[in-house]
Amino acid sequence: MTASIATNQTILVVGGGISGMTAALEAAECGKQVILVEKTPVLGGRTARLYRYFPKMCHPTCGLEINLRRIKQNRNIRLMTMTEVTAVSGSRGNYSVTLKVAPRFVNENCTACGKCAEAVSAEVANPWNYGLDKMKAAYLPHNMAYPQRYVIDPSIVGTPEGEKAKAACPVGAVDLEMKEETVTLQVGALIYATGWRPYDAAKIQPYGYGRFRNVITSLEFERLADPQGPTGGKILRPGDGKEAKNVAFIQCAGSRDENHLRHCSRICCMASLKQTQYVREAFGEEGKSTVYYIDIRAIDRFEDFYQMVQKDATVSFVKSKVARIAENAENGNPILHGVDTEGYHRYAVEHDLVVLAVGMEPEITGVKLPADVILDSSNFIEGSKDGGMFGAGAASSPLDVNRAVQSATAASLHAIQVIRKTASTEAV
Amino acid sequence: MTTANQTAVERYRNNFLKEVEANVEEGHMVKMCMQCGVCAGSCPLGPHWTHSPQKIFMMIRAGKRDEVLGSDSMFMCTSCYNCMVRCPRQLPITHIMHGLANYAHRLGLAPKGQPTRDFATLFWNNAIKKGRVNELMLTLRHYFRGGLVSGIKEALGMQSVGLGLFLAKRLNPMEIFGGHGVKDLKGFHAIIAKAKEIEDRKKGFTS
Repeated sequence: MTASIATNQTILVVGGGISGMTAALEAAECGKQVILVEKTPVLGGRTARLYRYFPKMCHPTCGLEINLRRIKQNRNIRLMTMTEVTAVSGSRGNYSVTLKVAPRFVNENCTACGKCAEAVSAEVANPWNYGLDKMKAAYLPHNMAYPQRYVIDPSIVGTPEGEKAKAACPVGAVDLEMKEETVTLQVGALIYATGWRPYDAAKIQPYGYGRFRNVITSLEFERLADPQGPTGGKILRPGDGKEAKNVAFIQCAGSRDENHLRHCSRICCMASLKQTQYVREAFGEEGKSTVYYIDIRAIDRFEDFYQMVQKDATVSFVKSKVARIAENAENGNPILHGVDTEGYHRYAVEHDLVVLAVGMEPEITGVKLPADVILDSSNFIEGSKDGGMFGAGAASSPLDVNRAVQSATAASLHAIQVIRKTASTEAV
Repeated sequence: MTTANQTAVERYRNNFLKEVEANVEEGHMVKMCMQCGVCAGSCPLGPHWTHSPQKIFMMIRAGKRDEVLGSDSMFMCTSCYNCMVRCPRQLPITHIMHGLANYAHRLGLAPKGQPTRDFATLFWNNAIKKGRVNELMLTLRHYFRGGLVSGIKEALGMQSVGLGLFLAKRLNPMEIFGGHGVKDLKGFHAIIAKAKEIEDRKKGFTS
């Protein structure tokens, strides 16, 4: 059992996204004992839901695969999925952590054969596609899922659908009697790699997200472009399934706004520049992307990528924060209203699809953390007063994948220092 | 009348932003504008003015004193506050626009014959006389601002509304003889005079 091996020499990593995996691996490969807890049934976090990375336009599955193999090979990491931290007490070098483990209703016998999913007909919204489509209530989250083990959605447990899944399983892996468990562990240091979530676009009232079906978020656009997404990689707008060849990208949707997120989310400019290339990839010269921006913040070496996109004839830039969006009732096209800053021209432009480059909000916003944890004014984790708890990756600052990995490695080193100090104190 | 203007020109030579910061209500917030354009795009009257708030703020920073203080834009603001609630930097745009209108008016640089400005002046003079607005006289003065013929035409056009107000006891024809005022009219005038004195001193006007 995990509980018995955890000591004050153990590092607890909260969150199994790219930062959490990195932090856990770096410490484990230094020989430290690590417990990696993840809220969802799989590792990979938001990174696994991206189509391509900027600036190299490579696929996240590649790097993810390497990390998953490192985790599989490492005996120092104990992974707990569907697990949340509910309480932390104690201080640096000696924490007591309470974990809540939700039932998966599938045990380790699962071979991921998929017979349960075939048997079940009930469907639930698919969070891995940001709710753009539905999936079976007995599911493997995505092809890259680790652990490769199915999950039974709690909504069908205790129904004939649940029994169907159980009956279909050839290896007796479906266990509908599983209950929620509470586990308490001792650990020496904590790394919060709790990541981020897209800012709730519906709160930006003038943009009509939630009211106009052809206004979507940048995360949803990633899923549209992904061959594993709800449209099989075709850029079809949600309103009527029409090909979206004329796409508007609205920057700072929530970010740099005292009414929403006061920080610059830093990744969204590059994300939109990258996504203009999805439009080009799908439609060639027929595709058209328009980026509405306050200023493009392609930080340091990303300037090259920005210049490359500027040279692309299918992409145009409008220096203006869009004031509001209306909808053309006849064809469902969103109409963007505003005034541009280069000449103060008033515009009302129709597009097939609007992509809101939504800002990054820390996932822990609204979650009660130990009193010692220090947050900045946007709820990013700066550290802790006792010096034993650290933020890593997007939990600590709005970061892209590359910088999140750097941040996680640094957090891991800090945690190792705490563990070593504790060990040497005890030796004396 | 131009002495206050000349003094200001002398004092803030070439630094109109400083002048606005010192003399215009919430003027110190002008420099916080990041020129995103949301206010300009959000204004319901936007297409009808010469300068949007975004443009006015940029002009202030560019030192375009005559153009800003002679603009009709500040007087076109209907105080709907759309710009203010949407401004990502939370600039009190509506207040700044009113502050600019007031400053331009006091320097005598505001556009002549601007309807909103004329009505505001009419309203102020009416209200200040007795401490209460004499609605009958205000309406009549407003209708007859363009002469007798157009005044009669405008008044006749509104007669059903007037009659309705009269029947609902919301309009007293006797108000034409001066109307009612506040109890202590002398005290009221003293308060207004004092307030003006304080404001003049603060803003550097010598009256």
